[in-house]
Amino acid sequence: MTEYILLRHRNIPDLNHLDVYRQKGGFDAFRKAITNMTPDEVTQEVKASGLRGRGGAGFPTGLKWTFIDPNNWPHYVVANADESEPGTFKDREIMEGNPFQFLEGVAIAAYAIQAKEAYIYLRGEFWQIAATLDQQIAELEAEGLLGDNLFETDYSLRIFTHLGAGAYICGEETALLESMEGKLGQPRLRPPFPPAYGLYGKPTVVNNVETLTNVPFIISRGSDWYRSIGTEKSTGTKIFSLSGKVNKPGNYELPLGTPFRELIYDHGGGIPDGREIKAIMAAGASSSLIIANEQALDTPMDWESVPNVGAQLGSASVIVIDDSVSIDWVLHKTLHFFSHESCGKCTPCREGAYWMRHIIDRIREGEAAWSDVELLNDVAHQIQGKCLCALGEFSIEAVTSGIERFEADFRAKVSEIGAEE
Amino acid sequence: MIAEKYAVEIESILAKYPPEQKKSAVMPLLYLAQREGGYVTKQAMVEIAEILDITPTEVASIIGFYTLYYDKPGGKIRIQVCNDLPCALRGADEFLEKLCENLGIEVGEMTQDGSVTVEAVMCLAACDKAPMFQVQSGEGIAYYENQTVDSALGVVEEMRKQDAPS
Repeated sequence: MTEYILLRHRNIPDLNHLDVYRQKGGFDAFRKAITNMTPDEVTQEVKASGLRGRGGAGFPTGLKWTFIDPNNWPHYVVANADESEPGTFKDREIMEGNPFQFLEGVAIAAYAIQAKEAYIYLRGEFWQIAATLDQQIAELEAEGLLGDNLFETDYSLRIFTHLGAGAYICGEETALLESMEGKLGQPRLRPPFPPAYGLYGKPTVVNNVETLTNVPFIISRGSDWYRSIGTEKSTGTKIFSLSGKVNKPGNYELPLGTPFRELIYDHGGGIPDGREIKAIMAAGASSSLIIANEQALDTPMDWESVPNVGAQLGSASVIVIDDSVSIDWVLHKTLHFFSHESCGKCTPCREGAYWMRHIIDRIREGEAAWSDVELLNDVAHQIQGKCLCALGEFSIEAVTSGIERFEADFRAKVSEIGAEE
Repeated sequence: MIAEKYAVEIESILAKYPPEQKKSAVMPLLYLAQREGGYVTKQAMVEIAEILDITPTEVASIIGFYTLYYDKPGGKIRIQVCNDLPCALRGADEFLEKLCENLGIEVGEMTQDGSVTVEAVMCLAACDKAPMFQVQSGEGIAYYENQTVDSALGVVEEMRKQDAPS
């Protein structure tokens, strides 16, 4: 098995203590960046590594950093720690187990774009993690690893935490920035994107926790080493959050390109109670439902391959569904989530999610006809491509794929009589 | 009066943001305001608005938008069970139903003694350790994972004891 890059705390006791983290080479990469590399060299190294955003979109990280407007100051780094996708629980483990590597990643990213302030936006439920991070940041300041004139240069950096308060939409980067500014967490019209117009209207890089936690290793070991892990276009390791009907749910850090089968059966211990696997959601509740046949199980988990089975890798939050589960119930769950979490800004998402929830509940309770399933599908397609952010889009992934690929489950729930009553 | 009571905290919260962007402090100040009673009073809304040079209506809109802020009193202890898809696949719906049954309430209600409210909430990023819940109280937020109805009732008992005036 590949060595851990991110979940190193599983092999190194007390890695969340600064002295242990430093004994293991912690903050050498930050020192190297500041004392031996120009900001542009740091960005180019990250770009060359092929690192892509781990929050779901898979956008090349180094490339994002190059988009920062050099003529508008100050610059900001905002770490997205609003982890809220049902099925995703990786950033939480990083911040609890290996917090200093994450903070070092934030610091290197800040140096690369010459930000003097960085913020960590955590979901409100991570209250305890934020309190611990505040102490850890204070330790770094006491050790001279954050603060003014770092490593006797003129570079200075402060990092602050900021707690959200229970809104899935704030994981969307422009909604997150609005929220940080003290407004309702609703997405902005894009473009302009945050590297041009971000926090307080200033150039801002927003990166996911897992993405940033990769950065210290890329700087200390180099982009060639990083590229040797994973696939050609999806480099490095990824934390796969495995949940649902598996014997051993949990986080598994594996090279990108590992097949679903290896994750679910070798690491996850297979399906409990002698049941058969039926469907896979690869990107949490925002996923299409993949029919879990042999071809799907042999599909490598990377951004290029998962679309071959009609889905996206997203944040790699793999929810396993077995043959005891009817897909209309899955849709009932995801639609309750999305109708609750729609921020209300765009009508197709706000109204569409509400009505989809009502239709699916009618279907599930046996009070619907096949025409209601068609209506559900129709509403879903009317949301498609009509919203400012991806939430509307996410809400229909399971709906359209579920109806198309698991039609029998819906046929079993409807009757013509039901519709007349 | 939170301005007097938490003067030091308020100052350190405001110091996190550029002076001309102090509106950013509205979320941390709301957490401060509901630390004691578990909800934000009208008086506190007005005070926060004054501190930040915004209107009380803007403060109220933030409370309304985000689920972790309250403008009405609830149980001192809010037990918030995630029953989203991954947790439900691990029995969270049954867990929630039985827990409420044992406490003699429906989901979303407060126990008769006013000590505990049980709510269903959206994903809490602990999908592999379901059934799970968080407890939101004046002390902050704590996670309880890999729970059974019995263990959850034990947690409730323990908290009720701590909460009782000695």
